[in-house]
Amino acid sequence: MSDTVLDKQVKTQKTRKRRVDPEIGVSLSWKTLKMQKQLIFMSVPIAIYLIIFNYAPIWGWLMAFQNYRPALSFGKQEWVGLQQFRFLFEDETFMMVLRNTVAMSFINLVLGTVTAIGLALLLNEIKVKFFKRIVQSISYLPHFLSWVIAAGIVATSLSIDDGIVNIVLMKLHLINEPIMWLSEGKYFWGIVGASNVWKEVGWGTIIYLAAITSIDPSLYEAASMDGAKRFQKMRYVTLPGIKATFVILLIMNIGHILDAGFELQYLLGNGLTVDWSQTIDIFVLKYGISMGNYSLATAAGIFKTIVSVVLVFIANYIAKRLGEERLV
Amino acid sequence: MKAVTKSSSRIEPVVFHTINTIFMLFVVAITLYPFLHTLAVSFNDGSDTLSGGIYFWPRAWTMENYKAVFISGTIYHAAFISVSRTILSTVLGVFLTTMLAYTLAQPQYIFRKKISMLFILTMYFNAGLIPNYFLIKELGLLHSFWVYILPSLVSAFNLIIMRTYIRGLPGSLTESAKIDGAGDFRIFWKIIFPLCTPVLATVALFIAVGSWNAWFDTFLYASSDIKLSTLQYEMMKLLGSTMSTNNDPSLLAGNQHNQQQALVTPASIRAAITIVTAVPILFVYPFLQKYFVVGLNLGSVKE
Repeated sequence: MSDTVLDKQVKTQKTRKRRVDPEIGVSLSWKTLKMQKQLIFMSVPIAIYLIIFNYAPIWGWLMAFQNYRPALSFGKQEWVGLQQFRFLFEDETFMMVLRNTVAMSFINLVLGTVTAIGLALLLNEIKVKFFKRIVQSISYLPHFLSWVIAAGIVATSLSIDDGIVNIVLMKLHLINEPIMWLSEGKYFWGIVGASNVWKEVGWGTIIYLAAITSIDPSLYEAASMDGAKRFQKMRYVTLPGIKATFVILLIMNIGHILDAGFELQYLLGNGLTVDWSQTIDIFVLKYGISMGNYSLATAAGIFKTIVSVVLVFIANYIAKRLGEERLV
Repeated sequence: MKAVTKSSSRIEPVVFHTINTIFMLFVVAITLYPFLHTLAVSFNDGSDTLSGGIYFWPRAWTMENYKAVFISGTIYHAAFISVSRTILSTVLGVFLTTMLAYTLAQPQYIFRKKISMLFILTMYFNAGLIPNYFLIKELGLLHSFWVYILPSLVSAFNLIIMRTYIRGLPGSLTESAKIDGAGDFRIFWKIIFPLCTPVLATVALFIAVGSWNAWFDTFLYASSDIKLSTLQYEMMKLLGSTMSTNNDPSLLAGNQHNQQQALVTPASIRAAITIVTAVPILFVYPFLQKYFVVGLNLGSVKE
């Protein structure tokens, strides 16, 4: 409630400023261009760099509507319309790849968010500052390691002859003999989810912890006066307090639902688990670079980008309608 | 800070804090164990490791694994490439990101919205692997060192962090400099840049870590060129070979320690390379910690 009031105040301040300050809302003219020539020199070349490296390759999308053959010149390529896309959606492998991507991404999103919020809540309860800082520093250490190192660590931990996971499970008598974790497809999604939590949970808590710290302490005092216990305060003060952060991160992440992560799947996947481990990015790599089917791989890439952009806009629109914090 | 809560029961907080502390120790243990284990394996005799039972501490101390890693010239060269690409992309990236962020933080700048939008869109919008590959090829960057630097100079995320920070600086600083006749570049270089230290550290860390950890660009654009191999790519090759065959002697054929064959194994070499690759980051991040917490929170601030 107080949020919207504050927003309005800021808005009125802004409009007032606009009227006073003649420089805001300058129009495009030779005079302004001349006045801002240093700003232009400092930014336009970088914008051109961006256009070259991020937008120019969109030309390549034309390949998805062709039967592209590298030997032929561009004008001689055969145009096939939507045939590549039709092939993709009739292809069983692609459907499986899509399923894997969405599943792993969803697991990562839910598991990642829940564990990050959970750890943030619990860290917030630790009153010994030194201990809190130590736990935090250690928890986000794995974030800075590459997936190559992390994949090595995961493989070692899950190995059949001396992996710590099998050893612990055996010692606890939960299993009778070591499990070959990486050779069975049914474990793959879980392994990816757990690895992601291990690597990123500490990093994820940073933002939530900051959001918790910025909650007005008087709210907690008021809750205590009303007789709220620790968990009630978490439930009725802390969680609503971090809702805005949660929503904006959710919107940002929804756009990446087809980015299930690529490196871990590529590094840990093997012939035995390919039905569960292959994601869109690996599919693109395999068809495009290894098999030279550029058109099909490009079509898969286009599909991914369009879904991402559409999802972000939908999520953003819903958030707007619900009166929540939003991205654009 | 917070008012002491009057709890009806005195036992509940004690129980809660005990369980919470134990849980935190568990989190710490799970996070740290793999490193300690890898460190132990890297200092343990390779054939001895195969018999199992190494946890936190090496049983048969040896330096052979590290010797085997450093005996081949490849690793030095890979380390050199990794270090140079990291330094170069960090220096260039930080400078360009800050400069651009400065211009986009000026409310009256005519291209402010257009350029911001171009950058923010790239967070979700990507031409895809194949078109990018063709672009790199057309630009003549295949098998070139610059393929590590150019494609990722300025990222939208770092730009948002910088811009938010610069916007938060007092506007009177730039205004008075303007009255004194300073141009925008001068203001940026003499006033804004030095004031950005905390966020510069954050962005530098993000860029450096990204560049240090990258292996896919080597894989995609320069894999046939051993001169451009990086530490991470060497790791990746080792990972692939050790995962498919657990004990492949051909891997070790290149080094002179072949007579003492069982002394080093692919697994023990991998442990040593893991440590070599991870150590630089583990050294840097504690110093930059207090900065990136600020930086990350700035990044999440709404446009």
